Amino acid sequence: MRFGLLIGVLFFTMVSCFNDTDDNGGYTGTPVTLEVPQIFEQNILPPVIPEDNPLTEEGIALGKKLFFDPILSADNTQACADCHRPENAFTDPRRFSFGIDGSIGTRNSMPLFNLAWNYNERFFWDGRALSLEEQIFDPVRNPIEMANTWPNAESSLQANNEYPQLFEEAFGTSTIDSTMVTKAIAQFLRTLVSANSKFDRYLLGQEELTPSELNGLDVFMDEARGDCFHCHGNPNNPLWTDNIFHNNGMDETITDLGLGGFSGDPREFGLFKSGSLRNLAYTAPYMHDGRFATLDEVIDHYSEGLVFSETIDPLMKNVAEGGAHLTEEDKADLKAFLLSLSDPSFINNPDFQE
Amino acid sequence: MKKIALLLCLSIAFMSCESDDDNNPPDNVSVEFTFTHNWDGDNITNADFDQIQYTNENGEQQSISKLVYLISDITFTDSDGNSFDAGDYNLVDVRSNSNLDFTPDIQIPPGDYTVSFTFGFDDEDNESGIYLDLNSADGGWNVPEGLGGGYHYMRLEGMFIDNTSAEVGYQYHVIRANDNSTNPITLQDTSFEVNLGTISVGTTSTNVEVQMNVAEWFKNPNTWDLNVLNSVLMPNFAAQILMFENGSNGVFDLGVVTTVD
Repeated sequence: MRFGLLIGVLFFTMVSCFNDTDDNGGYTGTPVTLEVPQIFEQNILPPVIPEDNPLTEEGIALGKKLFFDPILSADNTQACADCHRPENAFTDPRRFSFGIDGSIGTRNSMPLFNLAWNYNERFFWDGRALSLEEQIFDPVRNPIEMANTWPNAESSLQANNEYPQLFEEAFGTSTIDSTMVTKAIAQFLRTLVSANSKFDRYLLGQEELTPSELNGLDVFMDEARGDCFHCHGNPNNPLWTDNIFHNNGMDETITDLGLGGFSGDPREFGLFKSGSLRNLAYTAPYMHDGRFATLDEVIDHYSEGLVFSETIDPLMKNVAEGGAHLTEEDKADLKAFLLSLSDPSFINNPDFQE
Repeated sequence: MKKIALLLCLSIAFMSCESDDDNNPPDNVSVEFTFTHNWDGDNITNADFDQIQYTNENGEQQSISKLVYLISDITFTDSDGNSFDAGDYNLVDVRSNSNLDFTPDIQIPPGDYTVSFTFGFDDEDNESGIYLDLNSADGGWNVPEGLGGGYHYMRLEGMFIDNTSAEVGYQYHVIRANDNSTNPITLQDTSFEVNLGTISVGTTSTNVEVQMNVAEWFKNPNTWDLNVLNSVLMPNFAAQILMFENGSNGVFDLGVVTTVD
């Protein structure tokens, strides 16, 4: 009996050893643990890092290089960073981005930060990508963006002087495929963490807010005035988005189906993901289609501009009157509070620059 | 390798036999709860959301677009008065079919128990910001500090046809009753205990269905007029008391109990 158990234990040990090798997926890079900001660690769940794409120094560095390199586009003229600019919290200051041939998109480029805390892992304004890696597949082959094919992008990388070696270091193989490209970029994007705004420091007891900013917080958290918190987080959820999809009363007639265009469910026509309110100082224009050039216009929309359509979210109040009709003082204070969520250290972080 | 595998199987077989031969009392077991939802008997599933198909007690037609709620402290009390409670909680999201099944993290001896749970959090548990998963859920399941903090008990939202025939949103948000016009704020614990009655816990598995009749939130003892009470209910102390009274009077029922010995 003892002998049998001993053999059994040995057998399991051997299997475990084999599994360790398999789990590694061929990764040869140096493991990196994503540094979780104190304000996140105290309040919300840990970041989502896929088991099949752990962070490594080499993977992150490769992803960063790929992000800033136009090599992924069909004519080597456009990089991810062209429409996701670091100085704009990785969005595009233009309402719509241009593709390599001048084609114009129909939605505003999304800012990129704190993506590892998107717990439901729905990406894009319409949620059609079910992981960050899947999201990255899209722009490269989108005819109005980089307009490439993945086989062509792989060939370009393979023929490059540097990339085969960098893939070897990150993934243990110099034979480049699209999956590894998306994994590397996703690793870099997961390091784009923003959690050092004035309001973060206020929550940590390191800085005071002005009376205007404090009143703005009250407006934000007041169900009778802003009622922003039901979709955009609160001091206990400092992501400042629910990452959920809503029709926020912008159009009487829905032309862009949003989530419903992906799901096919008419109940989801015109629903778009709530954007994070972090870094608004850098991310104009606003809304999924960038229709509002200023934050004042956004606040005016929720205060007086709401219009009814069939899928409007029940959280949109007083729609018949256009909204909550905030006072001018409350609007100004709300804006002051919202701007306190911007994080200059994020857009100036040298780790995130080319 | 074949010999090793054979030896392993044999060793497991021996160990299994040893376990079966003893006369110890049955092992403690866990109990699974399944939460189901209906409108006066009509099951509510994902397909029923966003359809103005329900008529409430006051006569308004309404839809349900969101139904998310919190239950906590499922408690098993045996005939000797001994209580078993894991002290955990479950956030049910009906539309997305999330957490419709919940197994409290406790194992108890098989037998008969009176079973109860708390709708929402009682004051002991309703402490601001301490549950990271709830802070992370639904953009933050928190209640603003200005309303006493803590957590939502329920978010029931949808559209209704008002008395001018307009389609209007409602937000039936249940939280701890609060009146912030007083200093300090007046708070009243409006969570409530739901007693499911006596349930036999089997030696192998037990599943307990808990039914919520959503229509009851609008019915008994207070006939709910959405024309009057449709929005900004969180800071409305009186509305929270009405919700408490309706919620604790027949919203929840014991459904099917499936026991395997």
